[in-house]
Amino acid sequence: MAAKPQAAPSAPPQPVATSTATPQPARTGAQLLVDVLLEEGVEVIFGFSGGAILPTFDVLYEAPIRFIMSRCEQGAGHMADGYARATGKVGTVVVTSGPGATNLTTALATAYMDSIPMVAITGQVATAAIGNDAFQEADVVGVTRPVTKHNVLVKNADDLPRVIREAYHIARTGRPGPVLVDLPKDVQVKTASAGCNGEMNLPGYRPRVKGNSRQIRLAAEAINASERPVLYVGGGVISSGASAELRQMARKGNIPVTTTLLGMGAIDEVQDADLALNMLGMHGSAYANFAVQASDLLIAVGARFDDRVTGKLETFAPHARIIHIDVDPSSISKNVDVDIPVVGDARSVLQDMLPLIEYRDRAAWFEQIARWKAQYPFQYQQAPEGTIKPQHVIRELSRLTDNDAIITTGVGQHQMWAAQFYRWRFPRQMITSGGLGTMGYGFPAAMGACIGVPDRQVIDIDGDGSFLMTCNELATAAEYRLPVRVVILNNHWQGMVRQWQELFFGRRYMASRMVNPSFAKVAEAFGCTGIDVRDVRDLPDAIARMLATPGPVVMDVHVEPEENVYPMVAVGKSLHEMEMGGMA
Amino acid sequence: MSKHIFSVLVQNQPGVLAHIAGMFAARGFNIDSLVVGRTEDPAFSHMVIVSSGDDVTMEQIRKQLGKIVTTVKIRDLSEQKCVERDLMLIRVHCPPERRGELRDLTEVFRASIVDVGPSSVMIQLTGTEDKIEAFVELCRPYGIKQLSRTGVIAVPRASQEREHDGPPAPAARPPRVRQATTSSQETAVPLPPS
Repeated sequence: MAAKPQAAPSAPPQPVATSTATPQPARTGAQLLVDVLLEEGVEVIFGFSGGAILPTFDVLYEAPIRFIMSRCEQGAGHMADGYARATGKVGTVVVTSGPGATNLTTALATAYMDSIPMVAITGQVATAAIGNDAFQEADVVGVTRPVTKHNVLVKNADDLPRVIREAYHIARTGRPGPVLVDLPKDVQVKTASAGCNGEMNLPGYRPRVKGNSRQIRLAAEAINASERPVLYVGGGVISSGASAELRQMARKGNIPVTTTLLGMGAIDEVQDADLALNMLGMHGSAYANFAVQASDLLIAVGARFDDRVTGKLETFAPHARIIHIDVDPSSISKNVDVDIPVVGDARSVLQDMLPLIEYRDRAAWFEQIARWKAQYPFQYQQAPEGTIKPQHVIRELSRLTDNDAIITTGVGQHQMWAAQFYRWRFPRQMITSGGLGTMGYGFPAAMGACIGVPDRQVIDIDGDGSFLMTCNELATAAEYRLPVRVVILNNHWQGMVRQWQELFFGRRYMASRMVNPSFAKVAEAFGCTGIDVRDVRDLPDAIARMLATPGPVVMDVHVEPEENVYPMVAVGKSLHEMEMGGMA
Repeated sequence: MSKHIFSVLVQNQPGVLAHIAGMFAARGFNIDSLVVGRTEDPAFSHMVIVSSGDDVTMEQIRKQLGKIVTTVKIRDLSEQKCVERDLMLIRVHCPPERRGELRDLTEVFRASIVDVGPSSVMIQLTGTEDKIEAFVELCRPYGIKQLSRTGVIAVPRASQEREHDGPPAPAARPPRVRQATTSSQETAVPLPPS
């Protein structure tokens, strides 16, 4: 290669740039990518290889970054997601083009719906082949556009450092979310020009952190004037790290707190049991739903009025004025009209609001709530001799882990029972697919959490249907000896589907019955530990054994097959019109 | 239902148009017209999107446009005075003996005849959508052979400049979704059991 000219002849004399101490050797696109990953502090990458991403894998061969190879790209995506939820850092996943990327889309959509920071790097066929229906080609930017916060196809190696920096910045700021970078094979191989500019260029991306002071004052005045306020808290409080501020707010103002599925752990349900109303919504507590419906002020913080939370919109919180604190302006007044919107980061807004909040006694309100709590606790009918109620398994897990484990879940009945019967004590404790409802999420997410938080127990409370969707990742768990624990509430049904068919489709059980393998034997075949529990008297010992097993372990608990989740707000009903399932 | 004109400044990058059009499709928003063009700065393109619907939907469109990373600035031009123009080329059936009346019509609308064939003329017209549509109706009896329109482009008037350099005016509050109840009213929804 010819030596580069010192300066373009026509260029006016420039002061010497700051970073010219030693000339950098030429870097390829893949090398620049890994340079920026290291600069961003990436400590682990989840992924799976393939033709179009091989040049990047070749650079990762000697990079000081841990690589976890999943057995399917979907698993890698959920692992990165679980890692992100457990740590608060950005999860990174690297996969190949075509089928690698399309397998990843479910994981991207899961992260997108729950606002989880992730960066996905997908290989792509060489730029010259794009559009020619090349082998393993797919329009990945087109496919993933609706399920990512942002995505981009990089056509020039010089753009790589900027694009990767932007990807991490966009993923972790504002309302977090997954960002995908599609990387053609030739761009990974090509040498970038020396000193290519890696500065971010995002003129239109300015997430608002600080709330408007006038709106904050209005909100505080409404709170101080309210007699029956309820704090309705979602995943935004977790992602902005605002749980300390939230607790101060609830204590200082004397306001009860209900959490969404993604907000569990925002308030300590043990230490602050007097304020905690537990989960609200379709399968929420009766006292949370009653409190919302009877409230005169609903303070939504980092929550988005999902249909599973509100029930029938027209009669949701009918007596309440609504304050909505959210970093995403498009969440405000989307489903429910809001009286006092505050756009900003939950933590920043709560910090600014706290000095304005005054203590109020609200004795009548708390007495009312106490009566509801006494009358309608989460409960279930005792099981016949020996058989196992699924709710009992969660209670035992909660007790034997001292409410201190990180819990992931699949999607369905077991997920709702976990939310209801485990007692949530700290943020990032519950890791679950709330928005998209992705069955099979729990197990790989637990593996990601294990890697992110190695000093804490991580337990996947799963269903038999959910676990079977991603149990191929047992091979990954075994390979890396991850201390991941799976508790399957095995009822031999797709339980939630069966419950709906029972209640709304005249018990016509269409394709909801599960013919399952022996999960304990499956685990053993993969090189993990398997435990099989069929009698409730064996449960405490089995849980203790599971918790004491160092490597990956699957505990298959055969539970009452036709147990239903209650309370339940049927679709189209108001939040206070709950089916109690004979519990009250 | 009301018509809104959104003026959207976007980064000039591949895929931006697909992103915006995809967002409209995915969220079930309606596009009446969409025009993209370069601006004086090659780093940015300018889009003018016309949509119609209720106020809540229009507010969501504005917010969802703002959420797209590559959008730089969004204005709802229906909240301010602006000049809007649509350009149309229309080929109308016209035997030579009727050219005179069509030329008169063209003059009334300040349109111009840009091509003449043995049995048709092509007319170019710029103006607001109303004006264009009125002209189309008048051409209909002759027989429209071909018609092509650019869609609306719009730029705010100078008298507005001070306003839109500041923060956007708060949009009118959308109507309440929930049943409004006040303490003095009989409650529409019964309280939960005490």
